[in-house]
Amino acid sequence: MKALLYNPVLIKELKLRFRSVKSSVGLLFYLLALSVFVFGMIFIATNFTGTGFFRPEESYYMFIVLTYIQLGLILFITPGLTAGTISTEREKQTLTILLTTSQKSWQIIFGKLASSLAFLVLMLISGLPIYSLVFLFGGVSPIQLVQIFLFFLLTVLAIGSLGIMFSTITKKTIVSMIATYGSMMFLAGVTAFFMILAIQASYGFGMGAPSPSFMAHFWASINPGIMVFSLVSPDGMVFLKDMTQLDFPIWITYVSFYILLTAFALFIAIKKLRVNMGKMR
Amino acid sequence: MIEIKGLTKRYGNFYALKDLNLTIGEGVVFGFVGANGAGKSTTFSILSTLLQPTSGEAFINGKSVRRQPHEVRKQIGYMPDFFGVYDQLKADEYLDFYGASYGIPAEEREKLIPELLELVNLSHKRYEYVDLLSRGMKQRLCLARSLIHDPAVLILDEPASGLDPRARIEMRDILKHLKGMGKTILISSHILPELAEMCDEIGVLDGGQLVAHGSVADIHEKLQNERPVTVHLLGSLPEFVAFIEEQPFVSTVETDEKRNLVTFSYRGTNEQQRELLKTAVLKDLPIITFSQTETDLEDVFMEITKGVETV
Repeated sequence: MKALLYNPVLIKELKLRFRSVKSSVGLLFYLLALSVFVFGMIFIATNFTGTGFFRPEESYYMFIVLTYIQLGLILFITPGLTAGTISTEREKQTLTILLTTSQKSWQIIFGKLASSLAFLVLMLISGLPIYSLVFLFGGVSPIQLVQIFLFFLLTVLAIGSLGIMFSTITKKTIVSMIATYGSMMFLAGVTAFFMILAIQASYGFGMGAPSPSFMAHFWASINPGIMVFSLVSPDGMVFLKDMTQLDFPIWITYVSFYILLTAFALFIAIKKLRVNMGKMR
Repeated sequence: MIEIKGLTKRYGNFYALKDLNLTIGEGVVFGFVGANGAGKSTTFSILSTLLQPTSGEAFINGKSVRRQPHEVRKQIGYMPDFFGVYDQLKADEYLDFYGASYGIPAEEREKLIPELLELVNLSHKRYEYVDLLSRGMKQRLCLARSLIHDPAVLILDEPASGLDPRARIEMRDILKHLKGMGKTILISSHILPELAEMCDEIGVLDGGQLVAHGSVADIHEKLQNERPVTVHLLGSLPEFVAFIEEQPFVSTVETDEKRNLVTFSYRGTNEQQRELLKTAVLKDLPIITFSQTETDLEDVFMEITKGVETV
């Protein structure tokens, strides 16, 4: 437990990350992007519509769009923050020394992951004041905000773990970046396409009676976009029930899948960080 | 103590290291000599738990490199031939990070860091960013880093490579100091005379094989079966040349008439060489000096490695 709480790699990484101008600039642009959108929407709603006020339903609409923007930003930033964690050390020739210290492989991987997550959580938290502007106008419950925060946390954890896994098993950062962005695009985009295909198949491609489609439900359940939709608009999820003929809460599949994905990615990263000295080759 | 048994590393049909057997006693400074690709860094990487051997085994203070790599890491301080530094860390933070990585408590690290910086003459750079230090300073800082957990064994891969003469001398002085502290040191270098000065024993690697091993003097003597001898005469060169060409074990006689010098190669023992000199003196040949030309370690290395086939 002490090793988990006191992690030299985590402390070193945080020091390096927050001393870098890139982190502050990144954070600034993230908040600017959110602010431009929120204040822009409020400005449009209050001035251009001529009403001079902001209705709760508009606030709710803003909340949905803001959540999707934040999801997009997070999906875009997480691979960039994590896919170079180990491979950059390898390229900078600092990894060999790190690997000869008596730190366990899991400590190094967790330190790297925790520092990346800490920065992402900082981004999410620093965006909260802008995010909570929607409360001023009503229409959004705090519980939804908490759910979305937890959803973001799990998503960045899983994609961050994938980034670290690719960073460990590939020699070059560029390859790791491509693999991580590819995986992220698969989860965020290709799964939706597979869902449509599975639904088409369950309908016999227009030539038969619809049958329950577990695959369509599965692909929908692991898509972050659909998961966000289920959180911001629970009533709207009836569309999935109609299409897949299955009434099963998608968050259970989402949480289980992403936890398993995280565990798998971290397991591989820990196993592959150091050579297996015992194995003869 | 380091024990290496049949250590082999093969990449396809290429042997980077072939059946290395070696025992290095406690407190011994052992120098690995060899050309690029001879297997020095491969040996060091295996001993530092960074590279899987194809076969064989190595023990550091009784801990198996293959079966107890975590225990081995606590025993060794490793300095690779090429290494990077974290550009946003200061010298003391750099050492602090590695100290923490070895589980040294914070209060202990606070005492240790100034001492180590003092040892490597970097006290004045304590609060400088590591990236801004010169190459020699980075090498010394890396050496301090490898000492932070007080390892019994130091594995130093080309610690003086790329350094200017002053930095080399500084590095050599630090290593002598460490030798005095009783550390077992494995060091590789291309600067062979430096190794000769520092090392108790040397091992010559060529084509992944250990072709010679022993004390510097032993290797020197073993390989000097044909040594050059120079004689300075007070004239009468042809008479001396005629005499020396008749003697056994003598070959390649060369003369320098301007300087009255005769140089020849001699394969006999030291006793036979003494007899030769005695005979020449008794014959009243006008000898001023009779000296054996010292070969340096580089000549020895060239002698050992010539003719060894690369596998």
